Order: sequence, then structure tokens, then C-alpha cells
Amino acid sequence: MNYAPQMNRRSFVIAAAAGGGGLALGLVLPFGPRGASAAVGGPEINAWVVIQPDETVVIRIAKSEMGQGTMTGLAQLVAEELECEWSKVTIEYPTPGQNLARKQAWGSMFTAGSRGIRESQELVRKGGAAARQMLIQAAANGWNVPASECSAAGGVITHKTSGRTTTFGKVADAAGKLEVPKEVELKDPKDWKIAGKPLKRLDTLEKLTGKLVYGIDVSLPGMLNACIKDCPVFGGKVKSFDAEKVMGMKGVKKVVRVGESGVAVVADTWWQAKMALDALPIVWDEGENAKVSSASIAEWLKAGLDADQAFVGNQNGDAKAALANAAKKVEAVYSYPYQNHATMEPMNATALYTADKCQVWCPTQNGDAALAAVIEASDLPAPKCDVHKVTLGGGFGRRGFTDFVRQAVAIAKQMPGTPVKLLWSREEDMTHGRYHPVTQAKMVGGFDANGNLSAFHMRISGQSILASVRPENLQNGRDPATFQGLNPSGLEAAIGYTIPNLLIDHSMRNPHVPPGFWRGVNINQNAIYLECFMDELAHSVGQDPFEFRRKLMSEHPKHLAVLNAVAEKIEWEKPPAQGVHRGIAQMMAFGSYVAAAAEISVVGDSKIKIHRIVAATDPGYAVNPAQIERQIAGSFVYGLSALFYQQCTVKDGRIGQENFDTYNSMRIAEMPKIETIVMPSGGFWGGVGEPTICVAGPAVLNAFFSATGKRIRSFPLKNHNIEFA
Amino acid sequence: MARFTVNGKPHEIEVDSTTPLLWVLREQVGLTGTKYGCGIAQCGACTVHIDGTAIRSCSLPISEAEGKQVTTIEGLAQNGVLHPVQKAWLEHDVPQCGYCQSGMIMAVAALLMEKPKPTDADINAAITNICRCGTFQQVREAIHAATNA
Repeated sequence: MNYAPQMNRRSFVIAAAAGGGGLALGLVLPFGPRGASAAVGGPEINAWVVIQPDETVVIRIAKSEMGQGTMTGLAQLVAEELECEWSKVTIEYPTPGQNLARKQAWGSMFTAGSRGIRESQELVRKGGAAARQMLIQAAANGWNVPASECSAAGGVITHKTSGRTTTFGKVADAAGKLEVPKEVELKDPKDWKIAGKPLKRLDTLEKLTGKLVYGIDVSLPGMLNACIKDCPVFGGKVKSFDAEKVMGMKGVKKVVRVGESGVAVVADTWWQAKMALDALPIVWDEGENAKVSSASIAEWLKAGLDADQAFVGNQNGDAKAALANAAKKVEAVYSYPYQNHATMEPMNATALYTADKCQVWCPTQNGDAALAAVIEASDLPAPKCDVHKVTLGGGFGRRGFTDFVRQAVAIAKQMPGTPVKLLWSREEDMTHGRYHPVTQAKMVGGFDANGNLSAFHMRISGQSILASVRPENLQNGRDPATFQGLNPSGLEAAIGYTIPNLLIDHSMRNPHVPPGFWRGVNINQNAIYLECFMDELAHSVGQDPFEFRRKLMSEHPKHLAVLNAVAEKIEWEKPPAQGVHRGIAQMMAFGSYVAAAAEISVVGDSKIKIHRIVAATDPGYAVNPAQIERQIAGSFVYGLSALFYQQCTVKDGRIGQENFDTYNSMRIAEMPKIETIVMPSGGFWGGVGEPTICVAGPAVLNAFFSATGKRIRSFPLKNHNIEFA
Repeated sequence: MARFTVNGKPHEIEVDSTTPLLWVLREQVGLTGTKYGCGIAQCGACTVHIDGTAIRSCSLPISEAEGKQVTTIEGLAQNGVLHPVQKAWLEHDVPQCGYCQSGMIMAVAALLMEKPKPTDADINAAITNICRCGTFQQVREAIHAATNA
């Protein structure tokens, strides 16, 4: 039943090499060999900065913008060190091919794990600072004065002693010919003037007029359109198809096999391709996986809750012995379903293949991996391939994968010289995801005679993302990412409680449904498991859930600070209004500390009205507080949609939900008021796109218990006939 | 032959009469601001105006647009001046990925034609578009701002 991913050695080597710059952060300076000038023209100062004669500052962005605002935040960091005028800033994306040719001058392009800013901040700030130094040096050379007597501000360079001034645009040519300095000093964040400010995004106007080109909008001369069906059962294959049945349909140009498991129709328009594909008789070889169902998966995972073998994620004291001797024990089993990313823009890629070149235009979170996929699928040498990153209509982790890129190249390869745009239907997208993994958790807490929590065992049973996606990152078979937010220590995702006897372990069971990194990844379920069970423990001994947590958190001051912040803002100490009930939760992940408190009322016995959610985050440094607020509010839409509505069921080996009618997502009427507390404490860099998603669910669930006395331990809530009021 | 007007410009297009308006706009007229999200009128990414009323173009056969005035996101600004909804969206920095926003803006613009000062309840009833980034808090703020401008 284990799903064995096909690892391709060649693409792995390329992807690993491409990732090197990002992983070696802090050791690798962003200064690659000189390349050609920017596509927009104007001299390149270094890899990050191009300055045009009209003083326009072009900042290169290596990470993918998918709505999370990383483009604006990274540009703020470069501009801060560069000392340019913010109103003169525009951006461009280097291509993954340029990144490869310039030996990862821009670091890793992989944009996931809320790492866009935190993992490249040093690289881009140094890029901006080096460019500033070079511009100043060029001006100083022109004046024949020492650079140390000159300074830059707002794109103007001033020689302090003589008062002479010049501009970036005037010295850019000369600056671009200078050596890139090896050592640069970065500003203290307390001196920031552009970074740290709630600036507006750089890319909004085109999103309001329909002009912005997303992957789905790419158009090339002579381009044809493709619609695809991959075997509905993961791991299955195409047995046969009858192309003759549809070749006469209007606009249809070709019916092609795509790898072993897919069939695509290529036509003048996508709608024609889709109509023909719907009419195309296809016989599938569904294989053994066709026997798998949600029930069979659940049964297998359930057995893992008591299995002898398990990978340990966190352990101190002797939890099993302490539980055996506990004065009081509490036990509960929770489970979490498969979920699809459901980006608004379905997967797509446009490919043009000729005998000596292959180019792809696609929305991707991982430009480097997309390029590796093109090289592999086209079977052309790397210098003959490139990827042009196009705006993403949402990513949430799904577009870090390259399955759709490989398909587009496989189709284009069968039509050399003709550009082909492959677009998945929503139905294809829903049934061929990289799903939020499925797990169950059994938790047991033990109290001593004085009512203190003396022991805690959490057994997770279920799917590992890394076993499927990055098997090379497993540690002797153990998937460390499974324990996200539950780790004993560390700066990434540590548990916020100290319990004398603790064991958190994982019985790995990997069904054939392919898992992926889904916004928030493993904290989505881990926070529900841990924070709802903490609530259960508190109530079992008649203690206030906030105070109960605080007693266990004294050694975790940053976790405690965000929890205190939401409790204070929601006035936890005062009783809520009549009929209103509260819940609270905290977690740490992606390097940030987050907490939420919710106020709800329950209409009838199953309709939840969420009045407000107070959310706090400590991301260390806040590069753009306005965009962080938007990420937090948006993350709750993603998290609450999952909590209330979303489950991908498995029947006969395939996913049962094909569109938004059976896989719903929140609307504006259901949106609670989100009050955000951004409280950067400095000294570390945390992410902001994902961490808060995980606390909305447990905060609401704990409030629901407070209101009704009912514990919900399986999801989504619609399965319990619980809905938004 | 389908005959209809898009953003004030008449079009005569040779296309199968069952083709949804969305795909005629995107693939024949060449206006790609209107987006495909679901194809079953669930998500609203494809919202356009027909004779001033918001409709989901993914589920409307082109035959039903015969002789009608279609307005898309590209035609919302007049003479280079942004529509009040677009202005409010810019001022409130609403879009995240932006993919659903063409449809969201068209739905809101239609609502304001009918109800120039919508209440929160009016907004909840009329605006049922899906946004996976979750921009709803800014959408609501911007709607109220647009009506108070």
C-alpha cells in the first residue's frame, strides 16, 4: 500500500544543486559572474539591482509572488540597503536558466515554507548594500574623492565636504563596471526607513484591470491548447484510447499519450480540447490501488495508534511509566482528512519544444525544480532549456511540484515547433492534487494526585510528506517534518509546553494518495490535536484553559508572550457577553510564534457564528506589517475553510470531490472580524504566510466546546452537520 | 455566428453556439482578464456584466449573449479613469494573488449599481465569490469605502 515515488536521479541532482545557494544562506554572497544587462535595459549594478538612466530602479526578485507579498517585502529590503527612492522601484524575475547559468546568483528560487523573506533576507540586503557601495564608489571616482566622504539617500549621492551631488542613474554605467565588494555592512533594523513600514504592494494596479498575465493567460504566436486526463486512480496507467472517435471534432489537432498515465487532446482552443477529451473513450489500467477507500485507509491508520514500532519526535522522562502510575488519565483520538490546495487558477504550463531548445512559461513556486523538470522531460542539455516564471493564481504549496510542467513538455515534444498551453480542468485539479496528508492521533494525559499534568503521550499515525516528496530528507526512515510544532527545541517549530514525562511518536503509514506541502503543512493537524487536547486536559481538572497552559509555559517565554497578548486583547479575565463563548490556542512554526483567541456563539446546536478572532504573531522582524495583517486574515480563511468544509474522500482508489460544489470554500458572509497583533521581538526571522493558519481551528473548536460541551475530534465540521451561522 | 458587444465594441464570431461566454471572451475575443475557476458557476472568477447585470460567464452559452452588451474587467475603467470600485481596491490594497479579483470587482460593481450604499447584509447576500487567499476583510472595507467616496 506504500506509495513509492519515482525518483529521477538527474532531476534530483539538478534540483539539489539549484537549492544549494538557499541552504548555504549566510555563507554565499549573491554576487555571481556578470551576465548580460537586464531584459528591461539599463546597466546592471549587481545581480539584484539594475538602474536605468531615468533613475528607475529595477530590483530582481528570485522568489515567486503568489499573493503572499514576498515580492514587495524583498524589494523593500533591497531598497532599504540601496538607499533608493521607493517610488522609482520596479521589479523583474530572473529566469531559472539565468540562475543556473550564473551559479545560483539569486540563491534558491523555491518559494515555500514561509521562507521567502526569512531565508533570503540576508542575501538580498547584502545585494542592495553592495550596489549602494558601488554607486557611491563610482560617484567618488568621478569626483576624485574618497568614497568614505560620500553618502547616498533617496537615489542621490552627496559628497559631504563639497556638497556636490549626483544621482544613481548618472553613475550607474560606471558603477556596473566596478568590482562587487566582498564585505558589506547591513543596517540595524531599528534604522529602517522603507523596510518595516506598512507599504502598499507593488503589483496591485494590473490585478484590478485584468491586464496581469497569469499562467493561464499566456499566449504565443501559433499556440495550440491542450486539456488532459491523468488516470483517476493514482499509480494507474492508460490501457488504450480511441483517438479516431474525436479527431473529426472541430478544432482538434492531435490526441497524445502523456507518459504512462495521461491522455491529452490538443486543439485550436481549450474549450474544443476539453469537449473532445470529454468525448474521448479511454480505458484505464487502474491497478491495485483501485481497492483503496477512505475506510480502508482509516482502518490502517487506526492500527498505527497502538503499533509497537514508531519514530520518536520528542521525548523526556518516562511517559509510559508515568501514565501507568497517574492518579487520573484522560484519553482522546483525533483525525484529520485529505485536503486539496484548490488554487483559484488550475495547474497549467505552456511549452515550446524544438529540436534544440525547450522553453516553458508557467506559474511555479519552484523555478529551479521547474527547470530541472524541463531538462529531464525534454531530454535536452540544461543550457538549451529555460523556464519563464509567470504570475501565480495562488500557490499554497501545490505549485512547488512540477507534474504539470513535465506533462506540458511531454505534449509539446510530440508537436515540435508549436507552442502548446496545457490547462487542467478544475475536475482534473481537484482529483490530481498533492494532498494535505491524512493522519490520526491518540493522546493520553496523566495527572498526579495534586492535579498537575505529569505525563503526556501523543501517538501520530499516518502519512509522511517527506517519504513521498523528499525521501532523501528522511532520517533513518523518520520524517522530522511530521513533528512540526511538537519538537523539543529549535528555532523552527518547537513545542511551547514543559511536561515532566513526555513522548510524541509517529507510526508512519503511507497510502497511495500523493501528499504535499499544503499551506501550514503539518501544524494544521498538530495544532488541532495538541491545542484541543490541552483544552480537554484543562477542563478535566476544572482549570481555566488559559491558566492551565500558562503553568506549563514558563520555560517558553516567546510562546507565552503571544498567548498572553491575545488573552489580554480579548479580555479573557472578564466574562464574555451573554451567549458568547471563547477559545484559545497557541503554536510555533516556520520560525514564528502565534496565538489566537476566538469569540463565538452557537445558534441552535450546530450553527457557529464567529464574532471575532484575535490573532498575535511574533515573526522576529516585520518587514511589512500591512501585508502581514493580510496574510493572517487570509490564513484564517484558508484554515477555517478547511475546518468547516474540506475533505477529499477516497473511493475505488480515486478522489471523490471534483469541484467547489462538493469541496467548498468560505465566502465573505462567513468571514469573522480578524484583529491582528503583530509583535516582532527582534533577533530572529520568522515566516508569516503560514504559521497563523493553524491556531484558528483549535481556538474555534475550544470555544465550541465551551458553548456546547461537545468535543469534535474529526473533520471537517460539515460531517457533524455543524456549519457557519 | 455569434453577435454581441464587448466593452462597447461589436463582435461577430464564428463559434459553436454552446461554447460558454467565458471561453469566447478568453479565446476568441482575446480578453483574458475574466478568469476560469470552476466551470460550474460556483466560484465567480468569471463574473462579467450582461446588460448591467452580473453573471457567471463560465456557465452561459454564447447563444444566450446574442445581441447583448457584455462588460468585462477590461471595460470597467472609462476613458482611462478607474471605476470607483477599482480605486477603492487600489487604496485598500485588496488583492493578494489577484486571480479572483476580476470577478470579485465585477460582482461588487454590479451590486453598487443596484444598491449604491449596501449594508453588510447586502454584501453577504450578493458577493458569493470564492477567494482562496482570503481577502474578504479588505474586500468588505473597500466596498464601504467605495460607497462613501
